[in-house]
Amino acid sequence: MRRFALIAVPYLWLLVLFLVPFLIVLKISLSDATLAIPPYTPTLDLSRGWQGVRDWAAGLDLENYWFLTEDALYWKAYLSSLKIAVLSTLLTLLVGYPIAYGMARAPDHWRPTLMMLVILPFWTSFLIRVYSWKAILSQEGLLNQFLLWLGVIHEPLTILNTNTAVYIGIVYTYLPFMVLPIYAALEKLDESLLEAAEDLGCSRLSAFWLVTVPLSRQGIIAGSFLVFIPAMGEFVIPALLGGSRTLMIGKVLWEEFFSNRDWPVASAVAVVLLLLLIVPIVLFQRNEQKNREAEG
Amino acid sequence: MRRLSWFNLTSLTLGLAFLYLPMVILVIYSFNGGKLVTVWAGFSTKWYGELFRDEAFLKAAWVTLKVAVISSTVATLLGTMAAIVLVRTGRFLGRTLFSGMIYAPLVMPDVITGLALLLLFIAIGLDRGATTIVLAHITFSMCFVSVVVASRLQSFDRSLEEAALDLGCTPLDAFRSVTLPIIAPAVISGWLLAFTLSLDDLVIASFTSGPSSTTLPIKIFSAVRLGVNPEINALSTIMIAIVTTGVITASLLSKRSIARRAREEQEAFGQ
Repeated sequence: MRRFALIAVPYLWLLVLFLVPFLIVLKISLSDATLAIPPYTPTLDLSRGWQGVRDWAAGLDLENYWFLTEDALYWKAYLSSLKIAVLSTLLTLLVGYPIAYGMARAPDHWRPTLMMLVILPFWTSFLIRVYSWKAILSQEGLLNQFLLWLGVIHEPLTILNTNTAVYIGIVYTYLPFMVLPIYAALEKLDESLLEAAEDLGCSRLSAFWLVTVPLSRQGIIAGSFLVFIPAMGEFVIPALLGGSRTLMIGKVLWEEFFSNRDWPVASAVAVVLLLLLIVPIVLFQRNEQKNREAEG
Repeated sequence: MRRLSWFNLTSLTLGLAFLYLPMVILVIYSFNGGKLVTVWAGFSTKWYGELFRDEAFLKAAWVTLKVAVISSTVATLLGTMAAIVLVRTGRFLGRTLFSGMIYAPLVMPDVITGLALLLLFIAIGLDRGATTIVLAHITFSMCFVSVVVASRLQSFDRSLEEAALDLGCTPLDAFRSVTLPIIAPAVISGWLLAFTLSLDDLVIASFTSGPSSTTLPIKIFSAVRLGVNPEINALSTIMIAIVTTGVITASLLSKRSIARRAREEQEAFGQ
């Protein structure tokens, strides 16, 4: 009895507040938009019994999904989100790997402090960290002032409200997610393997490529998914740092819902985004499971 | 004793500078007297004064704090239960679905979660306000709590609990006097994580809030959408200061408790 309650309470909570909402999204994505409250039709009328259910089912169609394929805005937004997410994941890896490597090579008594320094920004508000770049990247911002002072440039660069600013924002805010899994993998690395490689005639660089990188693969994969998946659906970063020409699907969904008030199309956008993310999410979970099995 | 090579030292220095410079600049400019954020016009605490006179901000801060305390507490309770289910109960009907529902919200884009919850609240006719934000925050943060607690439960020695049962404890007693103290650090960090996630959430709160229940992130977002705002710099500085103090205190406390546990174990095995 106690076991039943223990399972039932969180189970029911998640069913009602996680699974059912998605079924509602799916249902509304198959409905038509109207100027009513709620702004979609048909609505399920259970008081009319089976006839009500049948009328409701007959009113559902794939029209909104056809609309997504017809209007270039949507598939361009999906493609551009994909491009931004892939590129910024690679950039984060490029910036994050040396940091994780440096942490793993640091003297033992430094490591807890370094760990804390990497985790600390994660606890500070995401919104504020994104916002802090506005003052740096704007036309009269500190980066431009600094570059002008150095004499590298003679005209201030336009960085804020472009895709470049979005890349900087994603790399900056998701960096801890990349560094920590790679650090966890590198920390476990047995250094005698590197010594063995060097004894066998490897240069330090080729020992790095042939030993260190393959052995930290799990960390690289985990970190990349942790950056890629949220970056795909990102809203705050393109909204604050991107320009009117920055197309990202999270922003399109937001505008479709709040500005156009087209709930069925917003729901269809969400369903397609979810379908696109299912593959990376499943791959990520499989990787995590492999990690756990390797440890246990 | 290992020493850092210059390459590692440089990458660490540059990496940490990249992580911290934007926040340091924000803190410095919150004490700028001028309205223009990028031009230094002398030291002043005037924006802090403006912030504390701004009723709308204070009200939003109060709503945010209330939502965060309630949602993180309930999420910790539900998340710990879910972790025990994940690690301890054997097979039951729909177990795969259950673990899927625990892991999926961790990576679900906020815009989708927010939209889905809003449509649910409208479908069941629940008025949007602080209550709906609390329900939404519990749902996604309980999953984070359960992952944190589950990893602790997995690593802990079950024979301790079995020993307590052999010595005549009821299962509930054994849980209270053996399991709970051991997983307590994970439960506390789960609560802190849920609290922070709730304080920080903009997207889900925007979807699920009503006109009378604006939270701080919603307020901040609308204030900075078009440009830099010195009042927000002051607010950010206060938030950064609170988090920094909290994290440093927590890490010092956990360092001390790890040292104490190591000493106790040594003493126990030494006898």
